[in-house]
Amino acid sequence: MSETDTTKSGAMSRPIPAPMISVETKPFWDAAAQGRFLIKRCTECRKAFWYPRAMCPFCMSPETVWEESSGEGEIYTYSVMHRSPTGPYAIGYVTLNEGPAVLTNFVDVAPNGLAIGMKVKVKFQPTEGGPPAPVFAPA
Amino acid sequence: MSTDTGIRGKAYLMGAFEHPLRDAPDTSTPQLHAECARGALIDAGLTKDDVDGYFCAGDAPGFGGLSMIDYMGLKNVRHLDSTETGGSSYIVHVGHAAQAIAAGKCSVALITLAGRPRHGGRRPGAGMAAGGGGLSDGPPEAGFENIYGGSTHNTYGMCAMRHMYEYGTTSEQLAWIKVAASHHAQWNEHAFLKDVVTVEDVVNSRMIADPLHLLDCCVVTDGGGALIVTSPEVAKSLNRPKVRVLGAGEAPKGPRGGLGLDLTHSGAVWSGPRAFEEAGVKPADIKYASIYDSFTITVLMQIEDLGFCKKGEGGRFVADGNLISGVGKLPFNTDGGGLCNNHPTNRGGITKVIEAVRQLRGEAHPKVQVANCDLAIAHGTGGSLGTRHAAATLIMEREG
Repeated sequence: MSETDTTKSGAMSRPIPAPMISVETKPFWDAAAQGRFLIKRCTECRKAFWYPRAMCPFCMSPETVWEESSGEGEIYTYSVMHRSPTGPYAIGYVTLNEGPAVLTNFVDVAPNGLAIGMKVKVKFQPTEGGPPAPVFAPA
Repeated sequence: MSTDTGIRGKAYLMGAFEHPLRDAPDTSTPQLHAECARGALIDAGLTKDDVDGYFCAGDAPGFGGLSMIDYMGLKNVRHLDSTETGGSSYIVHVGHAAQAIAAGKCSVALITLAGRPRHGGRRPGAGMAAGGGGLSDGPPEAGFENIYGGSTHNTYGMCAMRHMYEYGTTSEQLAWIKVAASHHAQWNEHAFLKDVVTVEDVVNSRMIADPLHLLDCCVVTDGGGALIVTSPEVAKSLNRPKVRVLGAGEAPKGPRGGLGLDLTHSGAVWSGPRAFEEAGVKPADIKYASIYDSFTITVLMQIEDLGFCKKGEGGRFVADGNLISGVGKLPFNTDGGGLCNNHPTNRGGITKVIEAVRQLRGEAHPKVQVANCDLAIAHGTGGSLGTRHAAATLIMEREG
């Protein structure tokens, strides 16, 4: 078990590599470094979307803006990966209150403590040489 | 070549756009692709929802066309082509697009090229690795997905978990898919796994990625395969049973901006009906099915999506040996499939077609040969059902 596994008894965590950052996504990671979770919204069709990109995937408008999200939502699905040298970890999708589903890791929870529909909230985890990455923990 | 079989006069170039930037420090490669696409569509007087064919080469970040299709939110694509011939790719693409249009495979084809070699995005695939200091130009989703330890096991595990939640599908039902494959593999002298397994063996094997156990997973093998497709004239000249192509369908599926995410169905809900319509047959007519089996859940979802049973009833459909040749209603993967036979270089599509050809020729192992097998389907999924993938359906018949 790595030392990060002992933060809470039986709670899962996994080391996260540095995210790939482009000129298009740099504002997201700059905000993440300040603990703020941003999503993108189209100012023409008004829909929020994930992952963040410059052009709206619903109406192809280039008029998209960054918006701070509460980072609250519920688990759409998950899977606990047991074949892992750093201990079990959970990957899954969170449906944000704003609508879009976000792929993520679940932390501060035991492998058998997850359930579809569970309320979760974003937090940021340090990465290996990059800005902190959004992960989700039970709300 | 006669004009009724060629492309002469059957396709039109109706939109064109050249990006104004010559130095793009603030625009990513995916964004450049999308801006070019938008410019060409505006030029033509069309919208992205009119696009039903997408063509790109190695400069497009990501996995074939899948990343850019998802980035741009193209939701009606039914024809994909990522032929890579370097700088001439896009001229090849126009020819291929005309062929596809002439064949009725698409009606509005989008071809994009973009890159930013002045800012490190020179090589196709450059910047795939995470981190490394400077800004990167890899797949647009990579920074938001690749860091979470997603593998085929756990992204398909997410699909299985949601399918169980919505439809009450059980591990025992999924296990029947492996059991059926193992019954077939026992007769295949080349199969990687030849032992017949039971439902108990599957559900008691160690957990890999909830709810998928070790025996819910396909094998990892070396190997390969090849196919020859000919004209009717050449086919007639050859001394082999004739397997005729009746229909084909393809469809990408991704998170599409994350609204209304649905991991319980695959792109087969679109590729399947296209193939069946072209072939002029129904799922109930199919005598043998090769179904991509990277995991047991892959088979179950695709069987539902292709219309062999209703959505959500796949668990009951595959149980009790219904996929075993000579026992059930839908004999599948009679070579043992990816679950038992092989999965060369982690790509199972070609072996699906090969076993269907054997069945239609009557050359499958006698213990698994389907009687009077005159109509077969081969269906596959590439990429991941849990993130973005492309579905492909092929329907074939034995002639004569």
